[in-house]
Amino acid sequence: MIESTELLRQLSQASGVTGYEDEVRQLVQEAWEPLADEIRTDALGNLIAVKRGQGDGPRPTIMLAAHMDEIGLMVSAIDGNFVRFTTVGGVDLRTIVGQEVTVHGTDPLPGIVASRPPHILTAQERSQVIPLEKLFIDVGLPEETLQQRVHVGDLITMRREMISLAGEFVAGKAIDDRAGVVSLTVCLDMLQGMRHTWDVYAVATTQEEIGLRGATVSAYGLAPDISIAVDVGFGKQQGVSDSKIIDMDAGPAIAMGPNVHPKMHERLVATGKQYELKYQTEVIAGRSGTDGWAMQVSREGIPTAVLSIPLRYMHTTVETICTRDIERTGRLMALFIAGLDEAFLGEMGIEKGAGA
Amino acid sequence: MILETLSNARGVSGNEAAVRDLILEAVREQIDEHQVDALGNLICLKKARAEGDGQPLRVMVAAHMDEIGLIVTGINSDGSLSFDKVGGIDDRVMLSKQVLVGDNAVPGVIGYAPIHLISPSERLKAPDMSKAVIDIGAANKGAAEGLVNIGDYVTFHATYQQLDNERLRTAKGKAFDDRAGCAVLVELLQSDYPVDLYAAFTAQEEVGLRGAQVAAYRINPDVAIALEGTICDDLPKEKDDDSSPVTQLGQGPAITFMDRSFIADRRLVDLLIRMAQQHDIPYQFKQAVSGGTDAGAMHLAREGVPSVAVAVPSRYIHAPVSLLSLNDFDHTVQLVRAALSALQGGLPS
Repeated sequence: MIESTELLRQLSQASGVTGYEDEVRQLVQEAWEPLADEIRTDALGNLIAVKRGQGDGPRPTIMLAAHMDEIGLMVSAIDGNFVRFTTVGGVDLRTIVGQEVTVHGTDPLPGIVASRPPHILTAQERSQVIPLEKLFIDVGLPEETLQQRVHVGDLITMRREMISLAGEFVAGKAIDDRAGVVSLTVCLDMLQGMRHTWDVYAVATTQEEIGLRGATVSAYGLAPDISIAVDVGFGKQQGVSDSKIIDMDAGPAIAMGPNVHPKMHERLVATGKQYELKYQTEVIAGRSGTDGWAMQVSREGIPTAVLSIPLRYMHTTVETICTRDIERTGRLMALFIAGLDEAFLGEMGIEKGAGA
Repeated sequence: MILETLSNARGVSGNEAAVRDLILEAVREQIDEHQVDALGNLICLKKARAEGDGQPLRVMVAAHMDEIGLIVTGINSDGSLSFDKVGGIDDRVMLSKQVLVGDNAVPGVIGYAPIHLISPSERLKAPDMSKAVIDIGAANKGAAEGLVNIGDYVTFHATYQQLDNERLRTAKGKAFDDRAGCAVLVELLQSDYPVDLYAAFTAQEEVGLRGAQVAAYRINPDVAIALEGTICDDLPKEKDDDSSPVTQLGQGPAITFMDRSFIADRRLVDLLIRMAQQHDIPYQFKQAVSGGTDAGAMHLAREGVPSVAVAVPSRYIHAPVSLLSLNDFDHTVQLVRAALSALQGGLPS
């Protein structure tokens, strides 16, 4: 059994801003190598592990995707003793003042997103979100040293150790979607002891946060018969309407809606029922915002499902998740895969190789 | 290093015991007497070591032990904690932070509605922190009640670390306002002086200089000095913005003429300037009438006390993590040490 919380900690604390996922990919590769028959990295940096099914080929294939990139910041200018920056992905400017960061200069430099003391601010100033052009990062270096060690284009990540809360909840940065990557690992690990006839492609994708780009090319490259995207979903929390959320510690949410093939949804729900797994369902009315949105329209189209692991405070440095939900997601996928046979494609009205 | 120890320690206004214990341990060998008073101030006396004419001057040097933080005001049915602020905190620095709750330091986070689920206009507004909660991962009220209590104090979680080891010697850490002042005062107690030095590590400065008020009454000093970690707003400014940085990092201890709480005694300001010049210690003036210090309470004690404030410039005070220069810290120790040594025979006229 893999230690999934420890793996999540390593992945959460590693740096992997969109387009620069190398450090995370290295860690995922180490975790996946013992669990896969083949492993490779494609042109956009997606990490692809292949676990072969039993029996004679050609075997049907399933692609599982979870993205390993995280939102972050990038140095845009050096201004005296301070660093100016821009955002990569959907950073919430309300949440970054007073945060500790790592500026990846010639070496990783601890820094602080500067705030101004409340003593000198007017009530009017305090009511507004500070715009990007008035935000600075302070790494505590004198100007000369700063010029030598930090350059425009250097990446900046949030500096945050993952912490354990009560009830097997943890909080940290980039749990979106390193939790998904961990669930894929749990699935691969479980499959070691199970009989399955389909080939499994586990893919830790890149560049999801700026437009599902890693999933787009990896789905094309692998041309799987079916696919599942695992991402995080909005967990129940204070300040958010109950109609928009899924429950924490209640298992993965199996999505319904245009992004999801009805038979895929049906079979996942049936698997959950059969094995008495904790799961929930959610409706996504259109664009899911997950890798599944890209995979579904790859080549001639791929029957796709989306699993959401409930997570609070998305796109902050305190993303909070219940580790049991990650395990449950991995287990659901493994049991789903073990139950797949040739007939399943037929159920969806798909003839293997049609149109090829 | 004492600054690191004290910065990492936790002590919101009204709950200074952990900080006080660490300070007492650090100074016990250097002092003649100490007492803890009704408000939790730690008052240490180090008697004059040089024999002069008449009674040695009674000099009170104060640094406050308390830091800004939060306090738990309610435990909700979903296991989240409602809270209030203790001391002045800009709401905008509270979101997405790790905190520690209560004396058992139960970890928690301050979350908020995610960016995806709010309207574009809301994204430009400061969050309404009256609606924010602390999440400790408890599934419900009962689970939370097993871990925390209403009234528990909450601190931000940040760890001391030196950032620059060469010229500017910067360090980051929690609560440099005013653990920097406390650490300066601990360092000052390592030396002997020709005055009776009353080192007052005060409580409840952040909620209205309350510890210093009663400590000054008890000590009844001839002269008072407040040691602070003060505002340093030296970020780049826009072209048409001529607002003052208040102090600048690396430019030496900041001497206060006047802030919102008091007007400094001119003789003491002049003494500090003279000592800085004589000993070649860099110094600066606090360039804005903002903030208040324990001097505000001390100068009004009983019939009045000539007072001054000296501070280590600290960026990002009243936020989860602050930043200072150890050069400024060392120069503050040197400057106040020189001034105390020069107070033999009374206040200069």
